[in-house]
This record gives sequence, structure tokens and C-alpha cells, in this order.
Amino acid sequence: MSDAPGGQPTAAPPTEGPDGGAAGRSARELEFRDPEKARALAEALERVVGEVDRDRVSVMHVCGSHEQSIAKYGIRTILPQGLDVIMGPGCPVCVTDMPEVDEAVALARQGVRVATYGDMLHVPGTVQSLADAQADGARVDVVYSASQAVELARDTDDEVVFFASGFETTAVATAAVVLAEPPDNFSVLSAHKYIPPVMEIVAEMPHTRVEGYLAAGHAATITGSALFERFVDRHGIPVVVAGFEPLDVLAGLVQLVELVRDDDPRVVNMYPRCVTEQGNRNAQEQLWKVFRPTGGKWRGIAHVPNGNLRLRDEYAGVDARRRFDIDVGSLRRGSPTPLTQACICGDIMAGRSSPHDCSLFGEECTPENPVGACMVSSEGTCKIWHQYGGHPDL
Amino acid sequence: MCLGVPGKVVEVKGDVAVVDFWGVRRETRLDVVDEPVSPGDYILNHVGFAIRKIPEAEIGETLALYSELLEEAGGDMMAEDVRDEIEQASMPSSDPTPGVPRGPEGNR
Repeated sequence: MSDAPGGQPTAAPPTEGPDGGAAGRSARELEFRDPEKARALAEALERVVGEVDRDRVSVMHVCGSHEQSIAKYGIRTILPQGLDVIMGPGCPVCVTDMPEVDEAVALARQGVRVATYGDMLHVPGTVQSLADAQADGARVDVVYSASQAVELARDTDDEVVFFASGFETTAVATAAVVLAEPPDNFSVLSAHKYIPPVMEIVAEMPHTRVEGYLAAGHAATITGSALFERFVDRHGIPVVVAGFEPLDVLAGLVQLVELVRDDDPRVVNMYPRCVTEQGNRNAQEQLWKVFRPTGGKWRGIAHVPNGNLRLRDEYAGVDARRRFDIDVGSLRRGSPTPLTQACICGDIMAGRSSPHDCSLFGEECTPENPVGACMVSSEGTCKIWHQYGGHPDL
Repeated sequence: MCLGVPGKVVEVKGDVAVVDFWGVRRETRLDVVDEPVSPGDYILNHVGFAIRKIPEAEIGETLALYSELLEEAGGDMMAEDVRDEIEQASMPSSDPTPGVPRGPEGNR
């Protein structure tokens, strides 16, 4: 089956600016754009899950936007009892490890100007977040894009370090500004992550059951769907590339569970409107020209071989790690607070626990006062469940 | 942070395009998109870069989804992420009335 759009653009032209109208509508009232189609897909899913020859089927997605859609539209309320859809490490901010945050904090405390995406500001390091450092007087700028960080450097003689996070989709933007001859006072502290290797690690983790993956649509826009074929060959687990619209998610799940039922591990692209088999080759060229994959620890997950993106030697001049003597020693001598130690963000990202298993969730840990990274980012499971309610009581 | 947003290309200036996102004009860089882009095309913008030219047959479906999301009140997480994405493109230097809603640039 295919979720490709019907062909005729039936969209009413958008008539309002982004802030216009509909104020006060609750998320649930929005419902599905096509309730009948949603119902048909839900029924198909129920049937297909019933046809799998065991009690439970467990699949994982690795995209914050998927989780937003699943929670926002209450998709778990219509999932069959026998199907678990868990969120894996799909939040790049959340998997940024404390030592990486410590490097940015140390640089800021050394007097270097640090520019970063807004979500990174509140991610806890060992003893401080960048927001804490800022409150202590360090210069930290929130930017919306890598280009803005470059502009910031152009407007000053100070050293500007772009603390760059995000998966391959976002790393491409960092690569492009590195290749576009940034000013001499600009450098990059890369915390970029590469999703395909972590899918391999999580699939093999002893306490995590992954029988199929729903791969993230827009990351695959860059890498292409064919990239997952090697994973499928190695692990015998099907991968379905899906969009984040609720109907896209449901259709993706039906396809995925069909592949599980038929023991037919292969890659199916259900998001052809954004993803091609080979992806965006120009973007891939730039990405791999600037970055090389190296192993590194992902917060809460494990050491992930090839999971981190670091600048290649040719770009050493733009690499903050080689440009500065980053003194993280003083930060590491501190120890995390008891609250931080009670945080189970890592188990949540590995699919072993849900936010409701955490004693801090909604109590000590809220979007206003986040303890762990999963409550900081709009792609973090905890923040998403806090807003939308997450897992309904059935 | 892996959510792109579609917009209509209004003008191409070398490696940069002026793009209309629901009446908000922003500049989007064309360094990484893998097809030539000209005025009238729709692109998917992510953190200020066009990452894909949207095939013509897919434009209507893609816009419908985002229009609906953008009708959400402030504070809705997905809608905010989409708005952030629009912010992530930079303000065009030459546009005299940036951000003034002027209705759609005609998505047909």
C-alpha cells in the first residue's frame, strides 16, 4: 500500500499568517484531516497486528517529530493492544553527552563567545548548563542557524564558537557554512550525531525489543532510503521511512507490521514526497567532505561506533577542539546533583522506560525546570508527553 | 530539529533564494539543494537551507499539512517547531515589509 498523495493538490491556499486564527483550539480538536482514512488505517493495523504469531509486537521510531505527532494526535489511543510503538534516540539534543556540554561550558567560561541552538542552552552538563554559565556572565548567543553564527562572527573581532548539534539533516547546514569560507574568528564545536549507526546499537541492546524501525522522514531526505538496506541485511529488521503527519505515521506502522508479520525484512519508503532512494547527493558530498564519523558516547545509550560527526583534518582550523585548549577539568571535578542522578532520560531514549516510570516526571522535572535533556528539547519524549499527555490510560 | 518547512521561491540571488513562507519572506541558502531552483518552485527549508526541491505533484499535499499545523495556537509544540523553522531562514536585507502577512503566493 502507498500513502502517496492522490495527485491533485486539493489544498486550500493558506490564507492566514502563521499566528492567525484558531487561537484556543486544543490539540485534540484538530483530529485527523481525514478521519475515515485514519479509521481504515487503524482497522488495518489492528488486523495486521492480530495476524502476527505472538502476543506483542514492538517497533521503534527515532524521530522527535514522529513522537510529537503520535502524542499530539493521540495515536496511541487507537493502537492495537498488542503493539508497542516506542521512541528511541530520536532527539539530538537529548543524546548530547555531558562531556560535550562541558566543553561548550568550559569555552564560554574561558571567555570565548559561544553560539548555539536554543534547545542546547538548558541541556545539563556535569555541573553547569550553558544557561548557568550565561547567568554567571559568560557570553552565550542563541542562533537559529549556522549562518547566523557566521554572521555573528563577521560582526565582531571576538572568537565565536558555534556549538553545533543535530542529526545529519542539521549537520549538512554546518558543513555548508564551513565550506563557504567563514571568517577567521569562527569555529565549530561539533556535537553532531549520525542516526544510522545508533539504530544498529539499539537494535542489539539486550533489554530493548525492536522488531522494526520507523525511520525519520527528513533525515532520510538527505541520506536516502537505500542507506538502510545494509542495516536490514545485517540485522534482519525491516525499516519503513515515514512522514510525520498522523496518517503518514499510521500508514507507516501498517506497512512495518506487515513486514514483521511476513518475516520480510526490507526497506520500504512510504514518504516519497520528501525522500528518494539515493537522497540528496549534493548534501551528502558536503556532509562527508567536512565531517568524518567517529565513535563516541551518546547520553544514556552507549558508545556508538561512527555515531558522532567530527571535523576532518582538512578543516582543523575551523575545529574548536583543535583551536582552543578546552579546560574541562574543573567542571568534571564536580559531581552531578542528586536530581540529575535520578533522571532516567537514558533508559527512556533506549526504549527501556517511559516518562511515567520516572519519579521526577512532572514533579521536580518540568519544561520550566528541566532536570534532564528529554524535558529540555521539543523533540524529547518527556517534554512531548508533558505537553500532550503521551501515553493514555487504556 | 529534523522538521523541514516548505516555501515558495520568489527570487534567486546566486546561492540565496528569497522564499515566501505563508506570507513571511525569508532568505534560504541554496548550497545543498541538489536541483536547480527558480522562482515559482517550492523548496523544503531546514535551518536556513533548502534541502529539497518539492516535486510539483507533491506541493498541494505538503502545503495542506503545514497550513493546518500553522493554524494551531501559540504554545503547541509542533506548530512552534514549524514557526522556528521559518525563523531559521534569515531576514532578507532588501525586503521593505518583512513579515507582513500578504496571503499565499498562490500555491497553484
